[in-house]
Amino acid sequence: MTTYDRKTIEELIDGTIDFHKLKQMLSNFKDADRFEKYISILQERVPWDDPILLPAGLHLYIVQKKNGDRIVKCDCGYEFCEASDNWKLHALIHVRDTEEKLTELYPKMLAPDPEWQVIREYYCPQCATQLEVEAVTPWYPILKDFEPDIDAFYNEWLKRPLPQVK
Amino acid sequence: MDPISVKAKKQRKTIGWDGKTLKEMRQEIDEISRTTGHYAGLKTLPLKESDPIRYEKIFAKLRGGVVHARETAKRVAASPIVEQEGELCFTLYTPEADSVVTSTGIIIHVGTMGAAIKYMIKNDYEENPGIEDGDIFCNNDCQIGNVHPCDVHTIVPIFHEGELIGWVGGVTHVIDVGATAPGSMTVGPVTRYDDGYQVACRKIGKNDTLLKDWLIESQRSVRTTKYWLLDERTRIAGCHMIRDLVLDIVKEEGVETYKQFIREVIEDGRRGFVNQVKTLLIPGKYRQVSFVDVPYENLDVPPYARVNTIMHAPTELTVHKNGKFEINFEGVNRWGWHSYNATPVSITSGIWVMMSQTLIPNDRVNDGAYYASQFDLPYGSWLNPDDIRTAHSYAWHFLVSAWSPLWRALSRNYFARGYLEEVNAGNANTSNWLQGGGYNQFNENHAVNSFESAAEGVGAGAVKDGISHAAAIWNPEGDMGDMEIWELAEPLLYLGRSIKPNTGGYGKYRGGNGYETLRLVYGAKDWTMFFMGNGYMSSDCGLMGGYPAASGYRFEAHGTNIKELIDKKLPIPTGGDPDPDNPEYDKLIEAKEIIRHKQSITTETIFDNYDLYLNYLRGGPGFGDPLERKPKMIEDDLNDGYVLPRYAEKVYGAVFTKDKQGRYIVDEKKTEKRRKEIRKERLKRGLKTKEWMKKEREKILKKDAAVQVRHMYSGSFALSQSFREEFKEFWNLPKDWNLTEEELGVPIFGAKIKH
Repeated sequence: MTTYDRKTIEELIDGTIDFHKLKQMLSNFKDADRFEKYISILQERVPWDDPILLPAGLHLYIVQKKNGDRIVKCDCGYEFCEASDNWKLHALIHVRDTEEKLTELYPKMLAPDPEWQVIREYYCPQCATQLEVEAVTPWYPILKDFEPDIDAFYNEWLKRPLPQVK
Repeated sequence: MDPISVKAKKQRKTIGWDGKTLKEMRQEIDEISRTTGHYAGLKTLPLKESDPIRYEKIFAKLRGGVVHARETAKRVAASPIVEQEGELCFTLYTPEADSVVTSTGIIIHVGTMGAAIKYMIKNDYEENPGIEDGDIFCNNDCQIGNVHPCDVHTIVPIFHEGELIGWVGGVTHVIDVGATAPGSMTVGPVTRYDDGYQVACRKIGKNDTLLKDWLIESQRSVRTTKYWLLDERTRIAGCHMIRDLVLDIVKEEGVETYKQFIREVIEDGRRGFVNQVKTLLIPGKYRQVSFVDVPYENLDVPPYARVNTIMHAPTELTVHKNGKFEINFEGVNRWGWHSYNATPVSITSGIWVMMSQTLIPNDRVNDGAYYASQFDLPYGSWLNPDDIRTAHSYAWHFLVSAWSPLWRALSRNYFARGYLEEVNAGNANTSNWLQGGGYNQFNENHAVNSFESAAEGVGAGAVKDGISHAAAIWNPEGDMGDMEIWELAEPLLYLGRSIKPNTGGYGKYRGGNGYETLRLVYGAKDWTMFFMGNGYMSSDCGLMGGYPAASGYRFEAHGTNIKELIDKKLPIPTGGDPDPDNPEYDKLIEAKEIIRHKQSITTETIFDNYDLYLNYLRGGPGFGDPLERKPKMIEDDLNDGYVLPRYAEKVYGAVFTKDKQGRYIVDEKKTEKRRKEIRKERLKRGLKTKEWMKKEREKILKKDAAVQVRHMYSGSFALSQSFREEFKEFWNLPKDWNLTEEELGVPIFGAKIKH
């Protein structure tokens, strides 16, 4: 059965993994204990103690709170909202909807035309990390990208108890 | 049916198993698979379980043989699309048309050829025109089972002692199908009747020989007759090699074992897919969207087609607790008067092409995965048209981008489970397509379709940059081809082939960059070309803070003085157009017309010798906040021409100098300081999302958006009440708010026809 040591998973997270090792990882059968190791490394790295239930993106986590709530939280510690809500509605947004704003990103000929498309940047209100970028038409509802069934995942697929607050 | 016909039917020997007709077999397999949840009702796999080595041996022989047939047969072709780019594929089917095993190549046709065979079964081809050993059938009709008419299928039945034991299908992407304009994937057709030669599951050969009337008619119907003929021989050669292979296996293993094997391998594929879903994904719902521009207002097309619009692909992926995989496209907009419409089989089969590069990256690609999935494809939309008039020749304009949201949906799963090596921010809009035709350098009636577009930028990963100028999603073996071969196939000399800066989406890991080639028309007569790609829009988002890939534009120059410059041995434009804000070509040439424009879709334009055409192939989207990109990686981007210096400053916050050799050196400390300032700027300019929504809502109430945007929404609202209601709910719009196609003031042909 495929398995990798903790160091390899750390290198993967850090993007320092050797190319050939990465290629082998892509070609091999998956390691069943990956999730456990991954979460344990992430938990060790964040500056807070709320148990991570699931990573929800780069820097974002769904965490378990003492009162039973499940919250979307940035690794800087900023808490957005309940996991059932859309964290983007509780972020800061910058919409590039003019030629001037779009050409800060691309030469004019390579930029979208704001009459057709805008670029929406979502920032963490505390650490200002850019957490998501949408390229959509004007008026487009803000997408709720990620709606995992955490209970089913733990109970029925992983067959292990959900992490609890210590 | 009159009594004589009934009697005739009974007397005629059926070709299915156990005296059944193929139609009866098809109905049975559907029914038993539906009711049991297992393909062919196989709750166990007796052959595999009792003799796994034998099972694997049969699979390996079939798979190896099918791949070998493709590799051998493609040498018959002369077309660089087939011979250089590998735009061909062979698949083996059950008698009911479920795919058993496929070759490498354009495996989207696993589904399309299956659909064509199913169509023949449904329409009683068994009775008329008859299905016999040695027959050859052809199909390229999209609404029967195809992506676009230039993908031509050859289908051959496989008989054993008078009984049909399967089918083999071969497909090649031909250079021309006699559409309104030259080239295989024409822009210009707005109806089926402009889309070129349509062959609707026709018997074209008997006793392994092509019929003469077919040979004459087909070659008189397309522009590139020699390529057509050799492509057809390629397909037939491959099909016959595979037929021989199957009959050899039957001889070795016995026909009953073979029959059992083809059932088990599909059920095995279904189980394997469910297993992969449970290994890599998380139960839940994942929503993404993509768009592409259809700027037709000023194109030379019929008046009812001169409408600017946007194609819309909202995707909701549901991973069910039992491992079932469901993709719902509710909210897609109406089909249009352009050649970018798709068919259900092209969407679903295309998704399997994608899956074979991510969720099921193995050789067990067959209809098993299809049986483990569900697709919801709204009727009347661009991916399931309700009108036979629709054109499809360039279905790829949006197909590729319509799947791209799925990459992001899957990647959010992979990321959450820690399988970071599988994350991919999406794929490039695989354009531009250089196409056209006329009389070539050999004085032949000719058409061209450059498959340089088989090498675009790949989306960024969560651990590394996307690969640059490398691949296209529709052919996992993507290759840009050799310039020397393209120069033989096209009267267009290369003046450059270069990396295109800023085309990969920025990010912690950037998308792979695209590239560009500058072509000089030389040796052509009566020559036209056109541009095909996204221009006003980027057709994908970035992922987790990364930016989308750059959008497109076109460059062309007509009536140049390049011949004179060459005669005088003066400099001429070479290389790329790296910074279109500060163009260099224009300083070297004089021309009657130099065009740089966001309109990246054009119809036929006359090109004279010494005119220029820039073929710009797009980049892939980025991953993660660009402020987290390592300074050394930005330094490499600058020195290798992947990003223009002013954008390294603005987007990445890089602070750098140049050394004596002209190489960029990024100052890490100064960059870190600058990035802190950029974060402060973000906090200053960022609005609370809910505050911004109030302003956007006001615009919606006033219906303040360009017509193409309103056209897209009204087309989606007309087809989907739920999309309309969710939209209204999100923006908290009054109950009576609506946006209809009728109120736009543009032609809405097709919208009023109720089917």
